[in-house]
Amino acid sequence: MDLKELYRDVILDHNKRPRNFGRLEPADSCADGHNPLCGDRLTVFLRMSGDRVEDIRFEGKGCAISTASASLMSEAIKGRDKAEIGTLFGKIHALLTQQNAVADPSLGKLAALSGVREYPARVKCASLCWHTLNAALERGADARNETPATVSTE
Amino acid sequence: MGATASQAVAAPVLDVERVRRDFPILDRTVNGRPLVYLDSGASSQRPIAVLRAVEEYETHSHANIHRGVHALSQAATEAFEGARERVRRFINARSTKEIIFVRGTTEAINLVAQSFARPRFKAGDEIIVTALEHHANIVPWQMVCEQTGCTLKVAPINKRGELLFDEYVKLLSPRTKLVAIAHVSNALGSILPVKRIVDAAHAQGAVVLVDGAQAVPHSQVDVRALGCDFYAFSGHKLYGPTGIGVLYGREELLQSMPPWQGGGDMILTVSFEKTTYNDLPAKFEAGTPNISGAIGLAAAMDYVESLGLDAIAAHEHRLVELATAELQKIPGIQIIGTAANKASIVSFTLDGVHPHDLGTILDHEGVAVRTGHHCAMPLMTFLGLPATARASFGVYNTEQDVASLVAALGKAREVFG
Repeated sequence: MDLKELYRDVILDHNKRPRNFGRLEPADSCADGHNPLCGDRLTVFLRMSGDRVEDIRFEGKGCAISTASASLMSEAIKGRDKAEIGTLFGKIHALLTQQNAVADPSLGKLAALSGVREYPARVKCASLCWHTLNAALERGADARNETPATVSTE
Repeated sequence: MGATASQAVAAPVLDVERVRRDFPILDRTVNGRPLVYLDSGASSQRPIAVLRAVEEYETHSHANIHRGVHALSQAATEAFEGARERVRRFINARSTKEIIFVRGTTEAINLVAQSFARPRFKAGDEIIVTALEHHANIVPWQMVCEQTGCTLKVAPINKRGELLFDEYVKLLSPRTKLVAIAHVSNALGSILPVKRIVDAAHAQGAVVLVDGAQAVPHSQVDVRALGCDFYAFSGHKLYGPTGIGVLYGREELLQSMPPWQGGGDMILTVSFEKTTYNDLPAKFEAGTPNISGAIGLAAAMDYVESLGLDAIAAHEHRLVELATAELQKIPGIQIIGTAANKASIVSFTLDGVHPHDLGTILDHEGVAVRTGHHCAMPLMTFLGLPATARASFGVYNTEQDVASLVAALGKAREVFG
């Protein structure tokens, strides 16, 4: 297998220049994600408009897969509501874990992550940001100014 | 310990090609390329001699030990106790009563924490560890602190990964009850000055435990010459099986300690009114032990001694020097851990490529290295790094392996630009 299947140009680009990177202030909700195996850490900040993600930013330190995945996710979910994000997460999860999964056209650029499934040790790198996003969504608007929720992939 | 340049010149040479033929796993390929195994610091591979010893025992001699009078039980007991004597000689302990078989280094340290420290430490007492310890030599002591109210002190290191010996000595006081240190850092390869650390601790009346997991495979360890009170190591980093390890303890200390686990084999008599405990070492070996593991470990010790520990130390030192020199030629490589005295480990980072990505790309090229925090998160925090990549060398590694590592790092640079 070619390494280029994992490290596609889209992934390398979003690793080098992550979109929506940094803190979001003020934020309605935020959550921390941690992958103890490799030390990846990220924080997802959300500004909500009802059920809809009005703005999202993230910050943290991680490998190329986790950074690119978070960057791609931030682009993909901005402006979407919780139900749409849930559907998207299901499709991403299938893409990352199921052999022979065909990327749903609605995934757009997120389909670049399909190479990850050939590297089982790396699936958690790609899914960390989505679990962290879910934690932030579940906390909702009442969570402002509190210690962020934490999810761990272990 | 410590393969200095002068030792490297004087030491006998290892016939690496012959050694490699003793390790069948080295013939396999990974991702279509020959395996380049640079992760012996996590777990070493096993030579045929160890595989055969385990198979021979399981095929012809297995039964439970210290029980039945039948032939197999006696053969198993003899082999198991023979392995204990083999371990005693390997580390030069006074008596087989000082050799406790455990699952590994982690269990050995926990045994000392719960059986030695917990019953006698109290609020105001202090335990000293160093800043470069593996979690297995941190967390058991934190648990004792929670259980007894005693305090954990941390002896600092410098950015090169060397213990600040004077700072360590300043921490020592009559309050110090125990000093727990690595012999060799698993993350950086630094060799600690164990003898000096022990002497300074003993001057204050403190007991010293040495985590020897990374030291035993790479050089001769003599627990009496070191003067330590406890020494812990694992079989699987010494070319032996997993699930077997050793706690060495000075006999008078082990005698003074209550049993850790209760059960069969560790008792003399049991009644519902009163149970009397068995003598050393059985007192600390409740239940049926890892018999084949102990036999495999004894075979591994025979094997490394047949190669010669001086020759092994010199060989691995040459590889560390070569790898350090070659890696430093690559733009963007930082060697993490540059202690003057190092054994067998080269940790590094490559600018712009996260260690986890490095691990995947090297694996793609057939090169197995460890990436991550190396179970030493406080050390990584001190160094300001989330993770490193670590190449660790064993008896079977060659200069070609170093060249393969360098070439694979070139591939990583190619992918990430």
